[in-house]
Amino acid sequence: MSTASVPLPAWINYGVIPLLNLILAFFFSGLVVWAIGENPFEALNFLIQGALGRGDAIGFTLFYATSFIFTGLSVAVAFHAGLFNIGSEGQAYVGGLGAALVALSLDHYVPWYVTMPFAIAGAALFGAAWAFIPAWLQAKRGSHIVITTIMFNFIGAALMVYLLVNVFIVPGKMAPETRTFLPGGQLPKLDWLMALFGLKLGPAPFNVSFIIALVMCYLVWLLIWRTKLGYEMRTLGISPTAAVYAGIPYVRTVIIAMLISGGLAGMMSLNAVMGASARLQVEFVAGAGFVGIAVSLMGRSHPVGIILAAILFGILYQGGADLSFEMPNITRDMIVVIQGLVIFFAGALEYMLRPAMVRLYQTARGK
Amino acid sequence: MSLQSSANEPAIELVGIDKKFGAVHANKNINLSVGKGSIHGIIGENGAGKSTLMSILYGFYHADEGEIRIQGKPVTIRDSQAAIAAGIGMVHQHFMLVENFTVLENVMLGAEGGQLLAKGVAGARKELKRLEKDYGLEVDPDAVIEELPVGNQQRVEILKALYRGAEILILDEPTGVLTPAEADHLFRILQVLRDQGKTIILITHKLREIMAITDTVSVMRRGEMVATRKTAETTVAELAELMVGRRVLLRVEKGDANPGPVLLSVKNLTVKDGRGVTMVDDVSFDVRAGEIVGIAGVAGNGQSELLEALAGIRKPVSGEILIDGKPVESADPALLRQLALAHIPEDRHHMGLVLKFEEYENSILGYHHDPRYGRGAMLDLDAVRKSAEEQIEKYDIRPPNPRLKTANFSGGNQQKIVVAREIERDPKMLLIGQPTRGVDIGAIEFIHRRIIEMRDAGKAVLLVSVELDEIRSLSDRILVMFAGKVVGEKSADADEQTLGLMMAGIAA
Repeated sequence: MSTASVPLPAWINYGVIPLLNLILAFFFSGLVVWAIGENPFEALNFLIQGALGRGDAIGFTLFYATSFIFTGLSVAVAFHAGLFNIGSEGQAYVGGLGAALVALSLDHYVPWYVTMPFAIAGAALFGAAWAFIPAWLQAKRGSHIVITTIMFNFIGAALMVYLLVNVFIVPGKMAPETRTFLPGGQLPKLDWLMALFGLKLGPAPFNVSFIIALVMCYLVWLLIWRTKLGYEMRTLGISPTAAVYAGIPYVRTVIIAMLISGGLAGMMSLNAVMGASARLQVEFVAGAGFVGIAVSLMGRSHPVGIILAAILFGILYQGGADLSFEMPNITRDMIVVIQGLVIFFAGALEYMLRPAMVRLYQTARGK
Repeated sequence: MSLQSSANEPAIELVGIDKKFGAVHANKNINLSVGKGSIHGIIGENGAGKSTLMSILYGFYHADEGEIRIQGKPVTIRDSQAAIAAGIGMVHQHFMLVENFTVLENVMLGAEGGQLLAKGVAGARKELKRLEKDYGLEVDPDAVIEELPVGNQQRVEILKALYRGAEILILDEPTGVLTPAEADHLFRILQVLRDQGKTIILITHKLREIMAITDTVSVMRRGEMVATRKTAETTVAELAELMVGRRVLLRVEKGDANPGPVLLSVKNLTVKDGRGVTMVDDVSFDVRAGEIVGIAGVAGNGQSELLEALAGIRKPVSGEILIDGKPVESADPALLRQLALAHIPEDRHHMGLVLKFEEYENSILGYHHDPRYGRGAMLDLDAVRKSAEEQIEKYDIRPPNPRLKTANFSGGNQQKIVVAREIERDPKMLLIGQPTRGVDIGAIEFIHRRIIEMRDAGKAVLLVSVELDEIRSLSDRILVMFAGKVVGEKSADADEQTLGLMMAGIAA
């Protein structure tokens, strides 16, 4: 009761509160850094410099952010329909198979911009296919989507290792990966975009998938808030009984929402497989699917929020890697702790400061 | 203003209670004194500040100013725990029950009596049996809440307060879901409690209840306590006028029905609920164009399931539903809407509305595929908002803001949103469940008039309500349901006793 139902203006809800949460997260991270005997301000400086200080640093940050935008959108779309898709990781992984198959078949014959639309479709199709079985089980049999998508992450991982080790491996090589795609199967880097800002991309794999991700953000916004399907998904997500009353078909809506969610997760592979490594490798998703859950939570399942949260996590990934290089005391695991604190304060404790803000706001508007 | 409500010393006193929510002045300098061992009614329209006042008393809100005294001693009620400790028990309008717990578990919740449950469970079971026997509130202690009909869930709420040995019992719209028989039953319990020296505060819109049960009554309007009267010295008309601030029409004016051809026909319909229990048992009836058929019955006798089956929400086990003489192929609300059947559901909070949506989004719920709200896959938000604004104006929905979250409208205005949406489609048939539950008196008048207008425009209207007054004043024919069967049909002028006996399954 009490303060929970009091409406706050958007600039507090989406501006002040997330910012305060972030400051809290950094404050406690600073305490952790201080506790192990390093200077937290220096550490913060390394983190920021490492993520945003140079052209290539920004390139890496945005490269990670691109993956997180795709998986964040994937989680958000399912979430709007009341489905908690934990399977973006596996859907992205299998999506990579779709992207790789297109790249391997076309790279000899056509330039990248011809390959790209087919690769988008392939990645989305394979990602969606991997989401279909859990979706069908949820819709028809009531098997909980959280459980089935987690299981499908493992099944997907096993399937991909099998395919890479036994089918796609280049004869005579030890690494379980496909051959390197020719330029016709790669997505070019966005060095021209960086050059506009006077920055040099260097070795960073920031590529065209970023633009695809932004387009997807717009399309997801359109889907959720401007289409009848999005309206049905939101109705189902908020109130299943109202959805029944309104004649919204449960089975169809659940399956379509999950197919879209899986497709978006699958597109994450465009960035990693065709944009960065130019081949399909084992475990290329590297946890981006799970980060997508945090990104979607932090971004309140809204594309704009997701872009911001994805960039934040990109900063933490890239800056964190640099930080652990500069300060060997702060290991990779410490970076995970800091990321955990961000998720904790910005996600799990999202509403902790709300009652105080409501009181402040009421006093300020006041009597 | 603070007329002593009984000769006894006051059990509870409110002195100068004041509460603001931002710009909204919910309670203005409220003074109230309720005598020990009396039943005190508080009436007022939705938004008059009754619920805020009671929330302050129960520790949900804190008053900006003022003092609460219990048995003469000033107390600070920080939270509901403190309220319970001070001997205040609350029965909420919207149930505060854990839906997947049993009755027993819900009653015990927060009063388990130790770390291990076994002893507490045994004690609670015994206590529950005693309460059940003393007050006749029969509920199976091992039934799961979500599987109980709404009427029985209410009984659990009352049992919960009684179980905690409340000395002062606050009931917020307690009879909203009860039938006259059940309400009478509740009133008898309240009288027994009063005679045992307990104090009861009854919040309601219903003047009839105030007159029937209370000793004293206070009227609230726009955050102020405008009057306190001894019930014996006032009249329904005076209270209604105090409440609304103008004279109101208490009876619905309507002419004779002009029944046309049968539009909606039910043949040997049998419906089971989630547990597999037969709730509608071989029911048959017709509804003609231009008539209102009312279904009376005690809550939980199959009316809800019947309505859901007709609306396509619940699949019947056997039997037929015919529209215009043609059998309805499948249980599909979307298909039925296409056949011009509109449905104002019993539960607007969970079914008729998505409370988190903005008002305009709810104004198309179920009709979102209509081409006027956008071609193809897209929604034309401008068109949706425009039609929402038209509905807001025509149905006087307040505040007139289609961008406001639906949860922030009052109960009466929420119901108007549903009524506007369903009636504005100009359906041929209209299913209506509990049209005025939790709706204030001004809105009741408005909604009743719309229903009569629909009838006069030649629509077939099926009305389900547990308010016998409502059934009697609106219906042209009354069907009485008991234990899943239609036990009889009466004309609109049947007297209340006859109907009451039929609803109790005693006479046919």
